[in-house]
Amino acid sequence: MKTAGKALSFQGLILELQRYWAAQGCVILQPLDLEVGAGTFHPATALRALGPQPWKAAYVQPSRRPTDGRYGDNPNRLQHYYQLQVILKPAPADSQNLYLASLAAIGIDAARHDIRFVEDDWESPTLGASGLGWEVWLDGMEVSQFTYFQQVGGIECDPVSTELTYGLERLAMYVQGVESVYDLDFNGVEGPGRIGYGDVFLRAEREYSAYNFEYANTAKLFEHFADAEAECSALIGRALALPAYDQCLKSSHIFNLLDARGVFSVTERATYIGRVRALARACCEAWLAGNG
Amino acid sequence: MSGELLLELLSEEIPARMQRRALDDLTGLIRDKLKTAEILATSLSGYVTPRRLVVIADGISARQPDRSEERRGPRVGSPPQAIDGFLRGAGLASIDQCEVRGTDRGEFYFAVIKQPGRATEEVLPELIQGAMTALPWPKSMRYPASGLRWVRPLNSVICLYDGKMLNLPLGEVPVGRATRGHRFLSKGEISVANTADYLKKLAEAHVVLDWSERRATIEKGLDRLAKAEGLIVKPDEGLLDEVAGLVEYPVVLMGSIDADFVRPLPDGLPPEVLATAMRTHQKYFTCLNPDGTPAPRFLFVANNLTADKGKTIAVGNERVLRARLSDARFFWDQDRKVRLEDRVEALKQRIYHEKLGSVYERVQRIQALATALLPPVRGAREDQIRTAARLAKADLSSGMVGEFPELQGIMGRYYALVDGLGAPIADAIAEHYKPLGPADSCPTSPDGVVLALADKIDALVAFFSIGEKPTGSRDPFALRRAGLGIIRIILEGELRLRLRSALETAASIYFTDRNRVAGEVLEFLAERLKAHLREHGVRHDLIAAVFSLNEDDLVRLLARVRALQAFLDTNDGTNLLTAYSRASNIVTIEEHKDGQRYGGPETSDLFRQPEEEGLFKALTQVGLKASELIVEEKFEDAMAELAKLRRPVDDFFEKVTVNADQPELRVNRLRLLARIRSTMNQIADFSQIEG
Repeated sequence: MKTAGKALSFQGLILELQRYWAAQGCVILQPLDLEVGAGTFHPATALRALGPQPWKAAYVQPSRRPTDGRYGDNPNRLQHYYQLQVILKPAPADSQNLYLASLAAIGIDAARHDIRFVEDDWESPTLGASGLGWEVWLDGMEVSQFTYFQQVGGIECDPVSTELTYGLERLAMYVQGVESVYDLDFNGVEGPGRIGYGDVFLRAEREYSAYNFEYANTAKLFEHFADAEAECSALIGRALALPAYDQCLKSSHIFNLLDARGVFSVTERATYIGRVRALARACCEAWLAGNG
Repeated sequence: MSGELLLELLSEEIPARMQRRALDDLTGLIRDKLKTAEILATSLSGYVTPRRLVVIADGISARQPDRSEERRGPRVGSPPQAIDGFLRGAGLASIDQCEVRGTDRGEFYFAVIKQPGRATEEVLPELIQGAMTALPWPKSMRYPASGLRWVRPLNSVICLYDGKMLNLPLGEVPVGRATRGHRFLSKGEISVANTADYLKKLAEAHVVLDWSERRATIEKGLDRLAKAEGLIVKPDEGLLDEVAGLVEYPVVLMGSIDADFVRPLPDGLPPEVLATAMRTHQKYFTCLNPDGTPAPRFLFVANNLTADKGKTIAVGNERVLRARLSDARFFWDQDRKVRLEDRVEALKQRIYHEKLGSVYERVQRIQALATALLPPVRGAREDQIRTAARLAKADLSSGMVGEFPELQGIMGRYYALVDGLGAPIADAIAEHYKPLGPADSCPTSPDGVVLALADKIDALVAFFSIGEKPTGSRDPFALRRAGLGIIRIILEGELRLRLRSALETAASIYFTDRNRVAGEVLEFLAERLKAHLREHGVRHDLIAAVFSLNEDDLVRLLARVRALQAFLDTNDGTNLLTAYSRASNIVTIEEHKDGQRYGGPETSDLFRQPEEEGLFKALTQVGLKASELIVEEKFEDAMAELAKLRRPVDDFFEKVTVNADQPELRVNRLRLLARIRSTMNQIADFSQIEG
């Protein structure tokens, strides 16, 4: 637990949340070693949300959103950030209370704040996934997404699971009371050993923004997309759901890069989303078939 | 306490926009089902909060009345199979339980089936469950604890009938007499004995059940906090409605905005940007200085009462708003570096509709149409219209509109001003989306009026040309709104526009089959016009009566309808309408009988009575004079002229026998009657007027 006075560091906050969810019986996983846009894409959520087997997991997932890059100039927007993802299947009856207790675990006392569940039905067109739920507001700031999964890969979830996604940088900014993400205290050390978020990521934001918006080779990316798509289909033919899903994720990230380069017209964009969704669906079906 | 029902459905947060509808639906369903079950209730009402739907009824009868149903069986002496079959169907054991009655077709067996009424206590659970299952949520979900689809998971249910727990079969959702109070301001379970106890304990547990009470509290709180700082709250009924659905215990708080953001332009942000960031995204109320300029304060409603009186909450909200406004400032600074003109090209990449091409193509159609519409709008300038039309949608690719799509047009205006294009063009760009709904105002600048009309006519004609017309509740392209917009712009701006030719022009710009499309759109607009004017107390039959004379100048049409309506409210008017119907009926009947039409000229030699001569003269004079007056748009005078027909028509009907023995006299008189019809039809098609 947080001790009185000093706010949690960025990594301290992650550790506390992991400790909390471990105590709830979650498997604490490590991030997926591929580029993804959100924690939901990790097979521990996207695939495990399907089928009848109970499953509880929590993990941090670095998330890449190439279009959100701002060259390190904007204090709130990043093309790479961390989500902490929790999946609870089947959805526990006290999901909301479990979530509120996790906030208490990182020092957010509900009695001192205004915590609100504001309607927001999450969906991911590329994953063919959707659910009903809320954004959670902490004193007006959206700090988490709370979703009851209804569908993944176009397949009904039965049973329904609870999916929680914490925006870690936002939450940390709130807890630490800083105005710029780059000012976040990362390691909680004072003096010369202090490491801030900017020390770790500012250069990356600058370089990746340039890459995402200006230098990514679009001709090559189109080829990579086609390769990943073909490989995915080939692997599905061999009933290798997990390697196939890797290729689906690659195609999704390549699509995001191309999108940031602004090469799609509206209809083309929709077509590419449809192609990724078709792969995701096939992977989900293969996963379920192999789980038999 | 007698016949009292308390139902509370405690759930996770119900979306604000669905709450009041759900309450109406739930109380309505329960009311209907009670009625069907023949159970009476003296009162039935309900409450809704973000977390609960509550239905309270009183004076519920204890039992259903006994029902008895009579069934006629087979004829006495029918074969045994027929009798056995009837007994089985009626649930009887022996034919002795039936009565024999004589009917006009012989003697029959009659079964009187008595169904004793059930105790209300027994009926209620299935009735309530039926209502819950039938409740039409706009979106609902499955969840593990219950087989029922609901908007969000149900936590628990109270169902008490005269204080006694009724058992609803809701899976693992606990049903009984326990609930919880406010999520943060109340601890533990609350056990409830009856309705009065429930209301008292919920109030103590910081739950304000009544939506109107929460709304009123918020309204007062907003006002009080603003006044304390010498400010005014910008009125916002819609937001008030919404936030009253976001809290169970409203606490109004005030926050500060950095003065930098509310400075005059270009250093500050446009007021619309401030309002959108605050209202749409954060649900904050805007504060204004007494002179109407944005004040560096905002108001919001929290759902918690804290030891520091909301200080931490306000600081947090201020920080969120600062981040949002910094983002907006970034877009504001970036967007101004690109001229609107240089954003036009990007519209080629933006699909308007799969079958209707890009927004760029749409802009070109609007430009062509807008210049064609110029003459009826005084003060509009072609060069300005051209530029405004070309740039009207250019702001769609700006960062600000990407972030806040509802600012389309409004940002275009600011960027046009930055580009030095001048107020008329800038205003036309801003106004061309208007009116956005029945509550929104119409454009006022001449160029804006033209552009707004062109924008909407193009949308209607384009979608009608690909067969995308609104049907029933489906109107995905908001064409009804566009139609109403056209009507309001024309009527409120008193634009003298021949609608049919405007529609044909629009249809001929790009689309084939212009007559069909123009005709269909015109018909659609006529329906919109009736609906719109009905709200303003104008009779729809009178609109039809004038519209069917090919009157497509809406301003003139409305003037004619108003004059007609005033005329029909007079004694002369009612009387003449009756006479018209009488004349018209006689002619129609006789035409049908004789298989010929009586529209030809009368012969004055065949007038035998002075009333015939008198009517003929009156009709000729009134006909001539009235049509002159119509051309001069003196509609009231035309009606006064029409009134002159009353006496001669009355005299004619009183003294003259139409069906005279001599055939030539009869024909001549029928022609005279037909002339009454044709003369009056110059003013309006009286046959469409409901008596």
